[in-house]
Amino acid sequence: MTTEIKENERKLTIARAMAEALAQEMRIDPRVFVMGEDIGALGGVYGNTRGLIDEFGAERVRDTPISETAFVGAAVGAAQDGMRPVVELMFVDFFGVCFDAIYNLMAKNTYFSNGSFRVPMVLMTSTGGGYSDGGQHSQCLYGTFAHLPGMKVVAPSNAYDAKGLMTTALRDDNPVVYMYHKGLQGMGWLGTERGATVHVPSDPYEVEIGKAAIAREGSDLTIVSIGIGVHHALRAAAQLETEGVSAEVVDLRSLVPLDRDAIRASVAKTGRLIVVDEDYRSFGMSGEIIATVAEHDPAMLKAAPIRVAFPDVPIPFARVMERHCLPDADKIVAAWRTIQPGARS
Amino acid sequence: MTKQATTAQKLWMYEKMVTSRRFEEAIARIYLEGKQPVFNMANGPIPGEMHLSDGQEPCAVGVCVHLTAGDIVTATHRPHHQAIAKNVDLKRMAAEIFGKSTGLSGGRGGHMHLFDPAVNFACSGIVGQGLGPAVGAALSRKMQGKPGVAVAYIGEGAVNQGAFHEALNLASVWTLPVVFVIEDNAWGISVSKAASTAVPHNHVRADAYAMPGHRVENNDTLAIFAAAGEAIERARSGGGPSLIEIETSRLAGHFMGDAEAYRPEGEKDGLVAKDPIPAFRRHLLESEGVDEQDLVLIEDRARDAVDEAIAFARQSPDPDPADALSGMFVETAGKGADA
Ligand SMILES: Cc1ncc(C[n+]2csc(CCOP(=O)(O)OP(=O)(O)O)c2C)c(N)n1
Repeated sequence: MTTEIKENERKLTIARAMAEALAQEMRIDPRVFVMGEDIGALGGVYGNTRGLIDEFGAERVRDTPISETAFVGAAVGAAQDGMRPVVELMFVDFFGVCFDAIYNLMAKNTYFSNGSFRVPMVLMTSTGGGYSDGGQHSQCLYGTFAHLPGMKVVAPSNAYDAKGLMTTALRDDNPVVYMYHKGLQGMGWLGTERGATVHVPSDPYEVEIGKAAIAREGSDLTIVSIGIGVHHALRAAAQLETEGVSAEVVDLRSLVPLDRDAIRASVAKTGRLIVVDEDYRSFGMSGEIIATVAEHDPAMLKAAPIRVAFPDVPIPFARVMERHCLPDADKIVAAWRTIQPGARS
Repeated sequence: MTKQATTAQKLWMYEKMVTSRRFEEAIARIYLEGKQPVFNMANGPIPGEMHLSDGQEPCAVGVCVHLTAGDIVTATHRPHHQAIAKNVDLKRMAAEIFGKSTGLSGGRGGHMHLFDPAVNFACSGIVGQGLGPAVGAALSRKMQGKPGVAVAYIGEGAVNQGAFHEALNLASVWTLPVVFVIEDNAWGISVSKAASTAVPHNHVRADAYAMPGHRVENNDTLAIFAAAGEAIERARSGGGPSLIEIETSRLAGHFMGDAEAYRPEGEKDGLVAKDPIPAFRRHLLESEGVDEQDLVLIEDRARDAVDEAIAFARQSPDPDPADALSGMFVETAGKGADA
């Protein structure tokens, strides 16, 4: 695991780690500026721009009208003209009103122009449910962004990666979609996933985009996930350990590029695969991970792989229904029970 | 040809406003159950975001008093007052907000997704999202030769969405029976209208789409009644769409839990002092000559209706968790033109 939690060292929430990465890069690179709804005085609904307006002022930390089509498109134009904009889409669910600027412009102009136009921008957006915010405020949609070519897609599971991935994204000459999970932000009002708040070095550092982390080593089972799913997987692994099962947890950290080698290396070792994804089950990340293994060498698998993913329905409001659908540690453990260890060994 | 509200209409508006306020007070109280001392949105009998409409009631009643059940309303993420004024079933609405099986949608929707086909009411959570559907409903009525007016409610923040401009133009170029109503509470979450909007008042934008634009100041229930009456009459008689912007006040936070540190000192107190409901009560007593006893009766009735709705919601069972997986598609009722 990249995140060594050392005693007596500074721990940050993901929200603070993101804001720190932004501030540090803004100090050294005058081209970096931030636009979005409620990112100024409010510091972002999810706290990830807190303090920026005080240090950098309203010229570089711009509250926008509720005009996503205009300001995401404007970020593309500014990026192509030599700035390095960061735009915040408050909830990923809102991509519907501005997706043209994202997938037809931001994502394609580099290719269309044969690299003569560069689009160095970061689109940061909140994802995830689990707090009954209904079906237009709870989606993950990782797969939607990863499916469409031309954007790097990252999703940190902890504050160390959050800062490093943000710094790398800000320095990348390509568009990066930075998807943070509301349940990991460390905002009390959204609950607190303690495992996401970890030691974060004060100095700037980069975490490579496209490199998975082994969040926990194991030999019987590989659990692959991203974002909050990593925490479910770690809890499941801890429970399985009490039953003598050794589970390895792979934290993808980015979907584009996807660290296929890390997935294959882990499954080569364990022979069994569970993919955990809070995004919709079909046509998404979970299928891609399984294909990554199956296309490479299906014989690596000693049992059929299993997906623990959000079923193909909109996210229901009622707590009991949403819980029924959301992945969690219990569902991962239950998935393990359906795998017949040794069936093909 | 501005029509005056009759006493009966005024009392209806008062009752709906009071019902809405009592409802929001009850929701606010219950929302905090299970969320203290630690405020975690996921907890308590009403989880999730909660956008309350306190202060904005005149916008709901002054418009909806002119509507029938057959007319269409598309509402916003802040929908309770609008729903109540449109006669959405209060018990089933409360149950939906609690996520219960007896809710309007059996708990699938929640407070931003209230659907009541009996009164042609729907709302949703994306800013500006109701504009297109209102235009479409009006188009449908026109194409079918059926009566009906569609009202699209939005906040002043939504005028900066592309959907606003596209919808107004479409409604105008096709002369559709739509009334666009902007509830201008001066804030889009923490961003002020002044910081986000190029013109001080949005009713002037009607000029760009060749429709009448009207602004109502001061959250004035009777002025809203008059402006809406004219616009709805125009729509009903085939005259096409109108735009109304109402200066109103958001007496609650953007959502519950909002500390509202972005508000200038004293602004909130000023708004509370101008609370439209006591103001309308005074009007009824002093200018309309209504007996205070009658108002007390109305207030009691409103409180009882809210108490009954809340009790119904609390006592209703949770949905079956696995029911989440059903309901993706409906059975097709008939084939093609035979349907
Ligand atoms: C397309 C879109 N962008 C952003 C949001 C987040 N959001 C929800 S309400 C809101 C403010 C809306 O302001 P306004 O339209 O004035 O309505 P009010 O909340 O004041 O009633 C914002 C930005 C959203 N729901 N949809």
